Amino acid sequence: MPLEVAHPKDRAAALIAAARRRRVLQAWLPWIVVVAMFGFWEIAVRGFDVPEFVLPAPSAIAASMVKWWQPILQNAWATLVTTAIGFALAIVFGLALGVAIGSSTLLYHGLYPLLIAFNSVPKVAVVPVLVIWFGAGAIPAIITAFLISFFPIVVNVATGIATVEPELRDVLRALGARPIDIIRKVGLPRAMPYFFASLKIAITVAFVGSIIAETVASNDGIGKLMIVASSRFDVPLVFAGLIVTGVMGVLMYAVAAAIEIRTTGWAMRGQTDPMTQAPGG
Amino acid sequence: MKPFVEIHDVAMRYGGVEGTLALRGTSLSVAKGEFVAVVGPSGCGKSTLMRLVTGLWPATEGTVIVGGQEVVKPLSVAGMAFQNPTLLPWRSILDNVMLPLEVVEPHRRRLRTERAAYEAEARGLLKLVGLEGVEKKQPWQLSGGMQQRASLCRALIHQPALLMLDEPFGALDIFTREDLWAVLQEVWLARRPTVILVTHDLREAVYLADRVLCMSSRPGRIISETRIPFSRPRELATTYTPEFQALVAALREEINTARKSEEVPGAA
Repeated sequence: MPLEVAHPKDRAAALIAAARRRRVLQAWLPWIVVVAMFGFWEIAVRGFDVPEFVLPAPSAIAASMVKWWQPILQNAWATLVTTAIGFALAIVFGLALGVAIGSSTLLYHGLYPLLIAFNSVPKVAVVPVLVIWFGAGAIPAIITAFLISFFPIVVNVATGIATVEPELRDVLRALGARPIDIIRKVGLPRAMPYFFASLKIAITVAFVGSIIAETVASNDGIGKLMIVASSRFDVPLVFAGLIVTGVMGVLMYAVAAAIEIRTTGWAMRGQTDPMTQAPGG
Repeated sequence: MKPFVEIHDVAMRYGGVEGTLALRGTSLSVAKGEFVAVVGPSGCGKSTLMRLVTGLWPATEGTVIVGGQEVVKPLSVAGMAFQNPTLLPWRSILDNVMLPLEVVEPHRRRLRTERAAYEAEARGLLKLVGLEGVEKKQPWQLSGGMQQRASLCRALIHQPALLMLDEPFGALDIFTREDLWAVLQEVWLARRPTVILVTHDLREAVYLADRVLCMSSRPGRIISETRIPFSRPRELATTYTPEFQALVAALREEINTARKSEEVPGAA
């Protein structure tokens, strides 16, 4: 027997240790990447002596954040609320319309071209119209966030419901289930992974929507803050606004992802660690 | 006795007037509490027959009568099991088995108040098929054979008067399959539902059924019926007796003939 063959017990321990190391690395990696990016940015700006009004160094942005923390916080909150309201509306209407067109071929064929056309319209072009209708303020921003995040939710929910396996449907139909039962017991649960996947896209684009509207016509919000800052050539503050927006996007994404894992864990079994799973059978 | 399931001269064509004719001139009747197996060459329309009887699809011609009423919409008295387990992946095994109770009356109304009793019944069924202790597991944590057992429980839980089994054991290994034959026979003897079993396995058909119907190749119709004389409950040992083997061999011969008749128009 060759000497280098480890005892089976040691090998199992080594495998578990390797899996643990991989998990630790996985948890820290995003932070390491972010820190490395800012470090590289700082060094590049200082090394090439880039003027602050072209690209401010992260240290300058941080200083600006500290200096203007109060208006940043206030406007970030305004944007967050605006986005959250628009996003909530998108969830309600997107889910309802998605279920409707996913379960009815007639509605699907009837409404889909219109939805595509609607989604192709650049939302930035709609904002002035909204301002004419509702005046400058939070309402155009809410509606823009809603319009931009509505479409991915509808499409995903409709896909989830429309692609229910015929046999699953037959199981219920053979029991004399009404169409509403089939949607409730099979269609909706089946569509949930699609729904949450769409939420992760929708929440990030909802921020895009509300900030676009804020830059055009609003009295507060991060978009407004950035417009004011850039008109004063306060580029570090513009970047501070961008970074705050990015952080809010990541946080909302994390909330959506956490809910997704809790509610649709059954659909993600392939991604769990084999070392922690007991085999069936 | 009046038959429970009656099919008169039924035809089924897919995809419009020019479509494939899956069944033509098919007639059969099944008495209440009878166990009938349908065998035939592959593609002869056995699964189509299942879907016609349960009302999942309407027949192009002819009438289907179940329990004295013509079938025009999906039945609510049927339990179905397919070749795939078709369990809902987001539900635990127990919740999967209890699904029909949430749909079928009168259980649907009673489920909320009598949940404990229904749950005990579901657990009892799972125990009967050898699935004790996995009630709270998710379907994907179980092997294919175990999922199929759970699927069988789901077809039985609401005590259907009619049990439609479409090759329910087709994807299983021979040992699991023989286990489940015994389970199915036990359940049938205890509750006496009317069973129509579609299968490719002639041993399975002869072991389980009172009567084996043989279908011709497409467009399918019933070309022969064989009564199975063995007393119940049948043992696995029965399947090794010469009488049993002779019946299987005779059925095999019939299916061969049915397949040959299909090859003639193909060659022309």
